[in-house]
Amino acid sequence: MTATVAVLVEHRGSDIAQPAFEALTLARTIGRPVAVWMGEEPPAEAVTALGEFGAEEVRVLAIGERARHAKTAAVALAAATGDAAVVLMVSTFVNKEIATHLALATGAGVVVDAAGAEMIDGRIEAQQTVFAATWNVRTRVNADRAIVALRPNTTKAEPAVTAGAAEIVGVLAALPQMRETLVSVTPVTREEGVPLAEAAIVVAGGRGTSGDYTLVRELADVLGAAVGASRDATDEGWISHEHMIGQTGVTVTPALYVACGISGAVHHRGGMQASGTIVAVNIDPDAPIFEIADFGVVGDLNDVLPQAIASLKAHRGV
Amino acid sequence: MRIVVTVKFVPDLQSTRSFTDGTVTRTADDGTMNELDENAVEAALQLKESLPEGECDVYALTVGGADAVAAVRKALQLGVDHAVHVCDAAIAGSDVFGTATVLAAAVREIEKDGAVDLVITGMAALDGLTSMLPTALAAELDIAQLTLASHLEVADGTATIVRHLPEAHETVSAALPALVSVTDEANKARYPGFKLIMAARTKPVTTWSLADIGVEPETVGAMAARTTVVDASQRPARENRVVVADKGEGGTQLAAFLIERGLA
Ligand SMILES: Cc1cc2nc3c(=O)[nH]c(=O)nc-3n(C[C@H](O)[C@H](O)[C@H](O)COP(=O)(O)OP(=O)(O)OC[C@H]3O[C@@H](n4cnc5c(N)ncnc54)[C@H](O)[C@@H]3O)c2cc1C
Ligand SMILES: Nc1ncnc2c1ncn2[C@@H]1O[C@H](COP(=O)(O)O)[C@@H](O)[C@H]1O
Repeated sequence: MTATVAVLVEHRGSDIAQPAFEALTLARTIGRPVAVWMGEEPPAEAVTALGEFGAEEVRVLAIGERARHAKTAAVALAAATGDAAVVLMVSTFVNKEIATHLALATGAGVVVDAAGAEMIDGRIEAQQTVFAATWNVRTRVNADRAIVALRPNTTKAEPAVTAGAAEIVGVLAALPQMRETLVSVTPVTREEGVPLAEAAIVVAGGRGTSGDYTLVRELADVLGAAVGASRDATDEGWISHEHMIGQTGVTVTPALYVACGISGAVHHRGGMQASGTIVAVNIDPDAPIFEIADFGVVGDLNDVLPQAIASLKAHRGV
Repeated sequence: MRIVVTVKFVPDLQSTRSFTDGTVTRTADDGTMNELDENAVEAALQLKESLPEGECDVYALTVGGADAVAAVRKALQLGVDHAVHVCDAAIAGSDVFGTATVLAAAVREIEKDGAVDLVITGMAALDGLTSMLPTALAAELDIAQLTLASHLEVADGTATIVRHLPEAHETVSAALPALVSVTDEANKARYPGFKLIMAARTKPVTTWSLADIGVEPETVGAMAARTTVVDASQRPARENRVVVADKGEGGTQLAAFLIERGLA
């Protein structure tokens, strides 16, 4: 019998995040994919899209804002995934908490920050890169159930050859009384475009920008990239905290990472070193970022970036 | 008030980190207290200092091999009152759930001195970076979980935190006892003072085995772990790296590289 593989769909309102499609694509290689949608009811287009990526069912947990409590979300998720040998989700701080509670409820083994997973002899094995991407690790789940939290951009999302039925199934769950009270929620106004953690290309600026992100943003625009930053830049208040890349900020694994005026401190590298191609512009030839850059330019970003932007625009014919 | 801060012994970030037989190599030479736990210690000390003298006891607690004592010693240097090190061969190879079981049992043992009001942890250990332990420990202790606090306030028996998530800033509160994990935004960790460093040398560290805290060895360690590292290998360094000096054409060269790689 093929295993049921449940995918917790990451979404912002009615928009499905790209990593959800990546997870469904991976789920198809392991077993029978079903999507789990938590929050408000999904719109019809979203259900169709999930079907196109192979979801046989879309299990809906209409629990609204209560999904903000990790334990409540986990209890609901447990009710929706009782038949699933594997639960896949996107590796975010919030999902890691949900995964932990779900594992405590079901006895599952958990691998977070995974770059992939496969079923070998009835057991899930997941790959990770650790220590600022200097080591590859393969972890086997010994339990009968596995929860794997996947890093964005580690599986290429591809629609299924034949779409899944995407049958909507409402799931009711008895939610626990919580000890914590959600006093207030202030939404963060999001920038246009792909969220940083999910972007295929990231252009990041550090202290070397001296606080002026015009060139970084312009290069990002030309490349269709999301904008990131170092901790020093967000601490200075030059750009908001959501842009911080690194061990304590956002982890990114884009196909291309362009570091502008960033020294490449180990804390920063921990959040970006697994990127596909790394490009750096830095005035200091001894900056550690050059040790991990596929292509580096030693120079002033105020000279290098405008020229690069002009060249790229000319190449595009704009 | 009684506060327990969990501190982990991890390889120094600046050292060459590696795996030996499927577990993280940890030696006294290049190991240290997890940097992010400095913020946890700081949060506890700030609470203590906000209360009248003698009204707050701060314990640093670590679970790990013999070398891990360095983590609680560091916490003593920063100014915690008590240090506890749980050390037992049977703990080796524990997963997050095993570690949470041991930490919870140790917290309960500390409770024999009096009720613990707060458990404060770091947001992540900078070795595995899983950020799962705080949630597992709160669940194991069956207390409220206030995680990823970039701001913490404790008043009238209630802890209130602010957490910055990518899509929203939440304010969450809970009655004590509670577990709080703090981010590196929560405060600026202090440096150990000379006097405290000297004093820490002679401060005792309580060492407990699993038997001391009533944990059955079979329930933790490698055998009970739900996950096992089956392979760990060093990634090859990036090949064919190119660094050019900008002599007026650096930008054009950068663009050409991106175009050639099909990235632009
Ligand atoms: C517990 C802890 C956690 C941390 N977590 C993170 C994290 O998650 N993410 C993170 O980023 N940092 C983190 N940090 C901070 C980190 O250690 C570094 O301090 C930070 O990354 C440095 O930022 P930067 O590269 O912008 O600045 P700097 O290190 O000052 O580097 C600026 C670079 O810009 C170059 N430059 C200057 N002018 C120009 C110019 N005109 N053109 C081109 N180049 C120029 C300089 O040569 C220099 O290399 C953490 C620190 C601690 C203690
Ligand atoms: N073995 C341990 N001993 C003491 N504290 C730990 C241990 N492992 C994890 N912690 C605590 O849990 C936090 C998060 O760790 P982790 O979930 O492993 O990323 C750390 O910052 C520590 O405060």
